[in-house]
Amino acid sequence: MIAGFDLPDAGRILLDGQDLADTPAERRPIHTVFQSYALFPHLTVAENVAFPLRMAGRPAAEARARTAETLDLVHLRDLAGHYPHEISGGQKQRVALARGLVNRPRLLLLDEPLGALDLKLREAMQVELIRLQREVGITFVFVTHAQPEALALSHRIAVMRDGVVEQLDEPSRIYGFPKNRFVADFIGNCNLIEAAVAAVADGGLRLAAAGLGEILAPADGQSGVGDQGVLALRPEQVRIAAGGLALANRFPGTVRDFLYVGDVTTYKVELDNGRLIEALLPNQAPGRARFFEIGDRVEVGWPKEAGHYVRD
Amino acid sequence: MSATREGRLAKWSVTAPPTLFLLLFFVAPALIVLLAGFQYPGEFGGLAPLADPGDGREHGLTLENYAFFFSDWLFAEILLRSFLVAAAATLICLVMAYPVAWLIARSPRHHRDLLVLLVILPFASNFLVRVYAWMIILGPQAGLAQAVNGFLALFGAGPVNLLFSPFAVLVGMVYVHLPFMILPLYTNLEKHDPALIDTAQDLGANGWQRFWRVTWPLSLPGVFAGAALVFIPVLGMFAVPDILGGTRDMLIGNLIKDQFLGVRDWPFGSVLAIVLTLAVLALAGLAAWAARPRGQYA
Repeated sequence: MIAGFDLPDAGRILLDGQDLADTPAERRPIHTVFQSYALFPHLTVAENVAFPLRMAGRPAAEARARTAETLDLVHLRDLAGHYPHEISGGQKQRVALARGLVNRPRLLLLDEPLGALDLKLREAMQVELIRLQREVGITFVFVTHAQPEALALSHRIAVMRDGVVEQLDEPSRIYGFPKNRFVADFIGNCNLIEAAVAAVADGGLRLAAAGLGEILAPADGQSGVGDQGVLALRPEQVRIAAGGLALANRFPGTVRDFLYVGDVTTYKVELDNGRLIEALLPNQAPGRARFFEIGDRVEVGWPKEAGHYVRD
Repeated sequence: MSATREGRLAKWSVTAPPTLFLLLFFVAPALIVLLAGFQYPGEFGGLAPLADPGDGREHGLTLENYAFFFSDWLFAEILLRSFLVAAAATLICLVMAYPVAWLIARSPRHHRDLLVLLVILPFASNFLVRVYAWMIILGPQAGLAQAVNGFLALFGAGPVNLLFSPFAVLVGMVYVHLPFMILPLYTNLEKHDPALIDTAQDLGANGWQRFWRVTWPLSLPGVFAGAALVFIPVLGMFAVPDILGGTRDMLIGNLIKDQFLGVRDWPFGSVLAIVLTLAVLALAGLAAWAARPRGQYA
């Protein structure tokens, strides 16, 4: 709908206060970078980049200069004369970006542009995208299913479910203060502990969780006694130890599973009430730091400042 | 590839039969025609012997057939007219076939096979029967001619004869060869990535630019394939002008056929065939040169 290929059932699409809902795609000051790049196979890299300028009827000399300038921006000068089938996936990606940027649209829509790249290249392109955005100063709308990508690249994130925006916020607020269960669960890993508000005191909440007992949580300024909801707790906020944690909230449990991913190990601990909770343990020492085995009795805990209570 | 003995054997057993077939039935006849062009005609058709038969008859090799071809503008004129008819038929086929092929390629997948079947359905009936049918359609008693002449009469013009005219020849040529243009265009257009059209639109291309800058250049291989499949057969076609054309609409195909079957001058028929082949090859070379890839912003 932003690009203009689908029409809204209702409502307006405002860009700088101007309604674009009735403007056909080719006349919107918006360009799109598609996941498949969709480079024109019969045109060279430079001709691809020059395409929007030619469609807009720019003079040849200007088109040439702007094309060269934009190719420099994405470090593709040397490949100007190559055809798309002669260059790599990452280079195609940059051609698509250059083509989207060349005639300075007011907005660049990136539709999962990094989806087809391998991990290393994707991370390099993320850095590249941040740099590009800063240099050209054009608003980027970046559509992605990869949440880390969204967190890393954005100034603001809109989390959408079934076409409805659930939360529009800065990345750190989306991650740290999700508005509801869906956002908490969707962005990153999250422990969701069902709990009701038992009391509001001392600038915090006293929660009652079935089978666990009392949990201390930070106040959210809106929940009152009797409210139902979940405590959203990030795995990296949860400590795990053999015992004796000096934390406000601590519960015994049994290690059920763990996942070693190099920098950290994620433990799945089953609490005595049967609920699974994930705890992240950084692997600071070299080698495989495996502190606990499946079946070990452990204690998990988190400070009372950790977590964010989400009212239903 | 496979360096094993079995591998080589398999390769030969697959490639040898078609190679032999082509050597025997394409290369050999072509060489015979080439040679025949330098021979004298036989007394009762066929070719005069190469070796002296000893009875004073013409024999051996000669350039007389080529000299005869260049002695009269008539032959060059017929050749040129044939090229013009072939070019016109190709162009009309292209203009008519492109929208059809595009529509088939854009229709739902389960309809496409049926539509393609409809395109090739005419081949199920005999070619001559279909061309004769045009005699009736274009004939003076048919509604088409009556309507045209009735219309012309309003302006005090006419009447014209639709049948036995260059017009009828062109109609017949286009009708017969249209599927050969539609099919390669369809196979090409069907493979186009629709995302490219969306992208072009997104980047500011209007409907005409989307066609002219994206669809058309990408379809050129199909255009060239279809053009070759129409142009070359039309050049050699003699049945359509025989049936639908008038006496003055002789094309090179008719001329060559007449040399072999009517006048029984095989050597001159061979010369005509060779000149035609060379002209087509020159044209194909020219087309390939004109269509060579080049980058404008490189």
